[in-house]
Amino acid sequence: MTSTVSSARLDDYRQVAPRGTVDLLLRLGERLRGRSLVHVSASRYRGLTIEVLNRLVPILNDLGIYASWEVTIGTGDFEGITRTVGRALRGTEQVVTDAMLERLREASRENAGRLRLDADLVMIHDAAPLLLVESRAGNARWVWRCHHDLSAPQPQLWNILRPVTQRYDAVVFSDARFAPTLSIPRFVISPSVDPLSERNRDMTRAEQAQHLDRLRIPRDKPFLLQVGPFQRSHDPLGVINAYRLVKKHHDVRLVLAGLAPTSGDDVLAEVQEAASHDPDLRVVVLPPDPQTEVNALERSATIVIHKPVETGFGINVAAAMWKGKPVVGSLVGGIPNQVIFGVTGYTVETVEGAAFRIRHLLGNPELIGRMGAAGREHIRRNFLITRHLGDYLALLALLTK
Amino acid sequence: MSADSVTATNEPFVFLGCVDLREVIPYEARDVRELLDQVGRVPVESLFCHTAAALLHRPASPTGYPNDFAHWTDVEMRDQRLAERLAAIDPFELRSLEQMREELVATISDHLQHFPAAAPGTGTEPFRFFHAHLIPIPTGHQARNLKEFRDALAEVDVSALFYHLIEGRYRLSRGRGDFAEWVASAIGRPDVADRLASIDAYDGSLERIRDRHLSVLTAALEEERGR
Repeated sequence: MTSTVSSARLDDYRQVAPRGTVDLLLRLGERLRGRSLVHVSASRYRGLTIEVLNRLVPILNDLGIYASWEVTIGTGDFEGITRTVGRALRGTEQVVTDAMLERLREASRENAGRLRLDADLVMIHDAAPLLLVESRAGNARWVWRCHHDLSAPQPQLWNILRPVTQRYDAVVFSDARFAPTLSIPRFVISPSVDPLSERNRDMTRAEQAQHLDRLRIPRDKPFLLQVGPFQRSHDPLGVINAYRLVKKHHDVRLVLAGLAPTSGDDVLAEVQEAASHDPDLRVVVLPPDPQTEVNALERSATIVIHKPVETGFGINVAAAMWKGKPVVGSLVGGIPNQVIFGVTGYTVETVEGAAFRIRHLLGNPELIGRMGAAGREHIRRNFLITRHLGDYLALLALLTK
Repeated sequence: MSADSVTATNEPFVFLGCVDLREVIPYEARDVRELLDQVGRVPVESLFCHTAAALLHRPASPTGYPNDFAHWTDVEMRDQRLAERLAAIDPFELRSLEQMREELVATISDHLQHFPAAAPGTGTEPFRFFHAHLIPIPTGHQARNLKEFRDALAEVDVSALFYHLIEGRYRLSRGRGDFAEWVASAIGRPDVADRLASIDAYDGSLERIRDRHLSVLTAALEEERGR
């Protein structure tokens, strides 16, 4: 099915993008006018990647490029298999049988017959539609846009999928570290944040206060914030331990915010147990699609923490930095690309390291403002949707000469 | 007018910016000795990407090193001595990319003779080599006199600074860079051209380089008004 997308105009970004950038993109768009690009993904709802795509497609059309967005469909077992394959490609050991792969192939053939893939460039997002390339026809160039870390895929599965991947004309990774060896070109395009989205738009202090009141977070003292799933992979208990070390020296609050758990491996009960003994430790279970609430939380926080044990690119870090907050983040995935140590925040490897850096920031409040401002500027130059648009236009120019 | 004709007299200066796409190429180094081997064999364009062209992407870094080799050697190899020597290699003082390669190889070789490569520690990130695909784009700005030039330079995308100063000067072998060449030949102000050419394009960020150019141009315009 062809997705509907939100309306947005490139001119709207003049107020936030680096000077001259919008004019440059308009000129590049003129040069590529009339070319076509179709994005294919398995969903149009989940994640910041999809949020950005939702804006990029109409902007591309505004530029005169025929851009569309197709979404694959499949039965429940198809979606389960794609999730398993995705996890295996990210290196988590999974059982992937021949029958599962055959089911994927079958669903891909069905989707290939149904989707409108007649464009100069076909961009396939992530693992679910990967096998569509087996049905490629015509002169279109095909690119696999892999949003995850593929540096250590499950070997048996990768032995099967690598030849399929090499039927693409190129692969795009979010980080050079995520790219396995391949015989086709491997490009690097970082994810981005949309500064005009509900998650990132400007928000008055009064509106922030309203949201904090609704989330029942007192506004009487500074707070540290981590937004993320209540799962061990995001280490909320480690963040609590870091906060306790900080709390000995600074009168602060910790806010842990995340969606209600959907799987069985959550630690919400343990987090709530810890919070029950400490009025300054607030656990916020966010409502579905909490873009506005997260925006308010990040803007109101003093320091933002991102302490996952493992992650992909972790573009949520950039979203917090865009709001002028220093980030103390783990040294994993794409976080070191976003947090410049000592300039926009700190990357750490331990609970103690996180506590030490947070204490240092709280003890030197001028650093909080300086690093926050440096972080926002770093995001403006490197991780806004306008840079992302330029990268996709460059890819279109390069591959569809 | 193409970018190649910016030095022609009586022609406007057409500001070109650029977008680039980085491609990971199949060369990696895990220690200094491997870095030496790979610097000797990677396509020379990749050396451009990691030295002069590093300005296009480098965020504000506390190390302040002007090229990726020096930054990696310090941060990942913990070899400050070599990092400092690599940082001192200025691409603008060298005549070609092959000369740059020779300089890098000579510096690393000499260092290894005195300080054998240490084994990388756990968690050390290898040096990954890139190739940058650059696409020049007209910015829509052009100038016929010094004031228009100054005003346009203040407005263009920062990639125009990269294209005319770094790409033009280093890879396209355009003397002192497009700005100085045009100001000397089309405007007839060799004195201003000399001042623009003396701005160190290998230090700081592109925005800082823009500010320095604007300072020189504003001073030149004030001189003109005072005559």
